[in-house]
Amino acid sequence: MNMKPTRDGFGEGLVELGGNRQDIVVLSADLTDSTRAGWFKKKFPERFFSMGVSEQDMICTAAGLAISGKTPFACTFGVFAAGRAWDQIRVSVAYMDLNVKIVGTHGGVSVGEDGPTHQAIEEIALMRILPNMTVIVPCDALEAKKATIASASCKGPVYLRLGRAKEPVITKEKDVFEIGKASVLKRGGDVTIIACGHEVGESLIAHDILKKQGIDAGVINLHTVKPIDRETVVNAAKTTGAIVTAEEHLIAGGLGSAVSEVLARECPAPIEFIGVKDRFGESGSPSELFKFFELTAEDIAKAAKRAIARKK
Amino acid sequence: MTKRPDVKKLERIASEIRIETVKMLTCAGSGHTGGSLSMVELLVGLYFYKFRCDPEKPLCDTRDMFILSKGHACPALYATLAHMNFFDRKELSTLRKLGTRLQGHPQKGLPGIEVSSGSLGQGLSIANGCALGARLNKDPKRVYCIMGDGELDEGQIWEAMLTSAHYKLDNLCGIVDNNKFQIDGRIEDVKGLEPLKDKWRSFNWGVLEIDGHNIEEVMDAYDEAETIKGKPTVIIAHTVKGKGVSFFENQNKYHGVAPSKEELDRAIKELEI
Repeated sequence: MNMKPTRDGFGEGLVELGGNRQDIVVLSADLTDSTRAGWFKKKFPERFFSMGVSEQDMICTAAGLAISGKTPFACTFGVFAAGRAWDQIRVSVAYMDLNVKIVGTHGGVSVGEDGPTHQAIEEIALMRILPNMTVIVPCDALEAKKATIASASCKGPVYLRLGRAKEPVITKEKDVFEIGKASVLKRGGDVTIIACGHEVGESLIAHDILKKQGIDAGVINLHTVKPIDRETVVNAAKTTGAIVTAEEHLIAGGLGSAVSEVLARECPAPIEFIGVKDRFGESGSPSELFKFFELTAEDIAKAAKRAIARKK
Repeated sequence: MTKRPDVKKLERIASEIRIETVKMLTCAGSGHTGGSLSMVELLVGLYFYKFRCDPEKPLCDTRDMFILSKGHACPALYATLAHMNFFDRKELSTLRKLGTRLQGHPQKGLPGIEVSSGSLGQGLSIANGCALGARLNKDPKRVYCIMGDGELDEGQIWEAMLTSAHYKLDNLCGIVDNNKFQIDGRIEDVKGLEPLKDKWRSFNWGVLEIDGHNIEEVMDAYDEAETIKGKPTVIIAHTVKGKGVSFFENQNKYHGVAPSKEELDRAIKELEI
């Protein structure tokens, strides 16, 4: 299977956008090659702004460019974008509902060896609680490219969460990507796994593991964590009566919380959460870390059985 | 160049804006008196002379842009905008009341307000973005940003200063309302800023230093800033916190306190020309 990091899909999408739209501008806080913003810089240097290691300044400069009618993409690692510059995003982007696209690469523990300071496992929560903000977590490079292009046409602030590590490309060119519309990858009868980012691939493997054990699991790619696709989530709970959420993020505040907020009110069902428990990351290789933090397909399959066992 | 308005007339306007400002604050029962009164001439010299805008069409393409980075001083800005007929003066009495467009700190959407502000330190970066945007759009607009001196404690301002100079944003004019106080006390006691002029200069900015209550000097500075090419310009305006009312001047307790009814009456008597 073709392996590619989601940040590469972003870089490709950005270059395509740059060629098609003069209003696209890119800002980068010194991680230009790592975020793939450099691919845009190479082709459209006059619309690229080097901001140095100044994330707060970058976000507000992007806000000013948006006020001037541009569509800025502000790029850095997720920890620095969403964490360091949170108040700037809150006041100067979300509060004003400006057309700023915030790109946080190096999301999740799959950042690997750089360790906890650089592994963003809180930013889905930090971003999704802000009014007006759209939060997208693509599952592979192809979806990341489509999400990048779609973000540019989505009015208002968007947070795009991307990864460093190579991931299998599991979506197809012809698959439709629509912000706010979850993709149902497998329809199941016993349990539904709702995932985003890297965990979508793991969920598909979990589906196969469960199938061998006679369990029919659905898989939903909830690439847009906000606004959440309530209808698809509620239908899954109604159809299967048991849910597993899976994300490369803290359990607190992320996709699992977003799904729970919907289901608690509209269709209560047993939910099991796959995600990082209340702790920081760790240095290691991505594959070691997925095991260490219990984010693998096997972990998801076990959680699915727990959720099924809790059905009344 | 725009014809210079009569200075006496502008001084009268400044006095009216101060009166409106203290009235609004008393009516609201809270708000920032000292830092509003210190920047009145900076606003009057800008809006009634230099600034290109159309109150009938606040978002017209040929407008200049203004960002009040020290958002807490918005009562003086609201009074100025109402005086310019961006909105009805009657609306001033709604300051800080539920449902108002005159929020406690500026909120985008009120005619004349393009940028929400209030969390200190963010305005200059936004101004940079606007100035870069104008350059990309080949738009001759100028961007003005008033900062507080206490606000300069925020590290982001210094990040933004680097950015403005790096991009040689000569369509940008920063203004520091240097009233020498912040909420905790005298700037020099809370966290010293001096030598302030040298700091801006060493960041590759053009620096002008003026008496921020002398309207002639204020207008001169806005004119001169426009002639400085290849770098951004800052106007360091020496001002008096609470200017115009003897018992507010340099009395830092009025940083974030509105005048009482009785104080209002006395203040108006002092402010009337």
